[in-house]
Amino acid sequence: MWTNRPGTEYVWFNNVETAPGQGYPRRWSDQERWRGGWELDRRGRLRLRAGGRVKKLLTIFSNPDLPSLDDFYEPWTYDYETLVTAPLSDRDPVARPHSQITGQPMDVQWGPNWDEGLAGGPEHAIADPHLADIQEQVRMTYEQAFLFFLPRICEHCLNPSCVASCPSGAMYKREEDGIVLVDQDRCRGWRFCVSGCPYKKVYFNHRTGKAEKCTLCYPRIEMGQPTICSETCVGRIRYLGLVLYDADRVEAAASVPDPQDLLGAQRSVFLDPEDPAVQAAARAEGIPGDWLDAARRSPVYDLAIRWGVALPLHPEFRTLPMVWYVPPLSPVVGTLEADGYEADPDDVFGAIDHLRIPLEYLANLLAAGDVEVVRGVLHRLACMRAHMRKREVLGEEDGSLAQHAGMTAAELERMYRLLAIANYEDRYVIPQAHAELGERLMQQQGTCGLDFAGGPGNCGAVEARPDTSSPVVPVEGEDFHLVDLLSREEHRGA
Amino acid sequence: MSAGEVLLWIIFPYVAIATFLVGHWWRYRTDQFGWTSGSTQLFERKILGWAGPAFHYGALAAVGGHVIGLMIPKSFTEAVGMSESTYRWFSAIAGAVAGAVCVVGFAGLVYRRATNARVRRTTSRTDLAVYFLLVVLIGLGCWMTFGHNLLTKSPYDYRDSVSAWWRSLFILQPDVDAVQDANTVYQVHAIVAWAFWALFPFSRLVHAWSIPLQYLGRPYVLYRRRYAASR
Ligand code: SF4
Ligand code: SF4
Repeated sequence: MWTNRPGTEYVWFNNVETAPGQGYPRRWSDQERWRGGWELDRRGRLRLRAGGRVKKLLTIFSNPDLPSLDDFYEPWTYDYETLVTAPLSDRDPVARPHSQITGQPMDVQWGPNWDEGLAGGPEHAIADPHLADIQEQVRMTYEQAFLFFLPRICEHCLNPSCVASCPSGAMYKREEDGIVLVDQDRCRGWRFCVSGCPYKKVYFNHRTGKAEKCTLCYPRIEMGQPTICSETCVGRIRYLGLVLYDADRVEAAASVPDPQDLLGAQRSVFLDPEDPAVQAAARAEGIPGDWLDAARRSPVYDLAIRWGVALPLHPEFRTLPMVWYVPPLSPVVGTLEADGYEADPDDVFGAIDHLRIPLEYLANLLAAGDVEVVRGVLHRLACMRAHMRKREVLGEEDGSLAQHAGMTAAELERMYRLLAIANYEDRYVIPQAHAELGERLMQQQGTCGLDFAGGPGNCGAVEARPDTSSPVVPVEGEDFHLVDLLSREEHRGA
Repeated sequence: MSAGEVLLWIIFPYVAIATFLVGHWWRYRTDQFGWTSGSTQLFERKILGWAGPAFHYGALAAVGGHVIGLMIPKSFTEAVGMSESTYRWFSAIAGAVAGAVCVVGFAGLVYRRATNARVRRTTSRTDLAVYFLLVVLIGLGCWMTFGHNLLTKSPYDYRDSVSAWWRSLFILQPDVDAVQDANTVYQVHAIVAWAFWALFPFSRLVHAWSIPLQYLGRPYVLYRRRYAASR
């Protein structure tokens, strides 16, 4: 979406990779190799895995942990011209691939999603770092192979190692909404953010010499709109909502000794939006009322904390990532139903160990290897599925499944509606940014701050959704100062 | 003093200094977005892995040597009891080491840029000009260090000639006499160096001013408010 420019041809802010597979860039999750994220030193303190500040400055002339273009892929285009200009011949003309980097003809050896859908089979898929400790069990035979897709964007981490790695101080996390951004004017191209991010979600624009990353579509978020990747997701699997958290507790949470405790530690950083004390504190901090309201209706809080069915990707990197994943259920129930397990929740439980996707694989991905966590989530989801099936197909009201899931029937059904019906309003609960909080707002009106030369381009398409009551509708090309407008209105109202 | 000498030894340096200063002011104000190291490590990492550090460390050491050689007058080193021969061997050996490291790294970088199609394609005309000036500067610099200092019985005393003139420029009393009879190699080196400084603010060399030492003392995770003015 934002990377259709010279310099970012190889960049995908949002990519969907096949699991098992090598991913993008290849084997990105192997931190023995890339040394991204954080680790604990001998005294149990958090430090960047790639080394301290002095080491960074000393290796600034050649970053030892930087992936090269071939780890992503060399972008190419086709010589379409020949299709039109080729002389008359018995054979069809062929458009040859040309590198977008060198401009020369190239032999394409690897590309985006080269191993999609297990293409290339055992050779590529088995190189997946997540399979390292479970290769024995996983057989790449047709009968036993499994696959699912893993969509990846920047995690907008609570403890972002990209920000910590940037020597220039060009990267920052926004206080209001937690979006992690690169200040294009202050970036000096030292490249440590690229290697510092364990998810390899900061990219180097080779044309501008600056780092770029997913912006969480902040011009849209500020308008109360979902990100483009969420909005356009036909599977309706993406949810956006806000959570309140205590920034002062982040460091302690990221420093718990056992990586398998990181999930709990991260959850403990979040604040319960229903708690009157939290609400009072938030108000005292100047968090607007509609934001608190949105926090209470947040689908993310529901999935990740209230129901605990969403898990963070690779918590062991200690960045406290904020894109959470509901582990895939369909293959589970597929097996269950075929084997006639479904009626009895104990069988649901037993069958979860015989899933097509090995629990260990999901645990390596989402729970620092803790199989019990994944088993618990899948069990809850299976209970939900069975409960709804009973109600809708067999017409039976059975409270026991909800009990097994450790939830009330009403909550279970609410979870079902959020996950399966997935209404637009339920998936995206995004309060608008509060313009009146900043005197200098909308200086960039109509430019959205991204369309400078070489920048991600015009996003003038930002408009308030028709069903919002916001007065914020940008006016192209006019020197229109919203703050002035609002304060004038306020005075009139008062 | 002929008109040519005035031009060469007075006007040219001052024009270069003015260009250097105004150029930086202008570039810093108008082109933060273009202010970058312009790294090509994404395209090629093997050669850069040794050539990049070698060139930069060698060049930084050479800069240090120039600071000593140009700024510290002979009278000072003599006053602190450093004999002429001690100074000569110190400057010759340290300079030779720095020069050699720098040349090896620079050769690697030039080779890399010339032979790697990906890197070559990023090369701008300004980059070429910078490379050309660097070839001349480093080449002459090594000639001076090795030929006129390290490997000779009668080392050339640049501190009474070129250095004296260089310092005189900054107290606005250009001492052309000190430089006009200096060794030609030193003269050419000095003139090309002024051209280099004049080009500096318009090239990607400006990243040299951005060595991020502040990183050593700041908190790891930075937060910013969307609107700095509020609160
Ligand atoms: S996932 Fe995003 S916020 Fe987290 S370290 Fe990487 S770039 Fe930074
Ligand atoms: S949030 Fe926006 S910028 Fe980030 S991956 Fe999605 S569409 Fe791209």
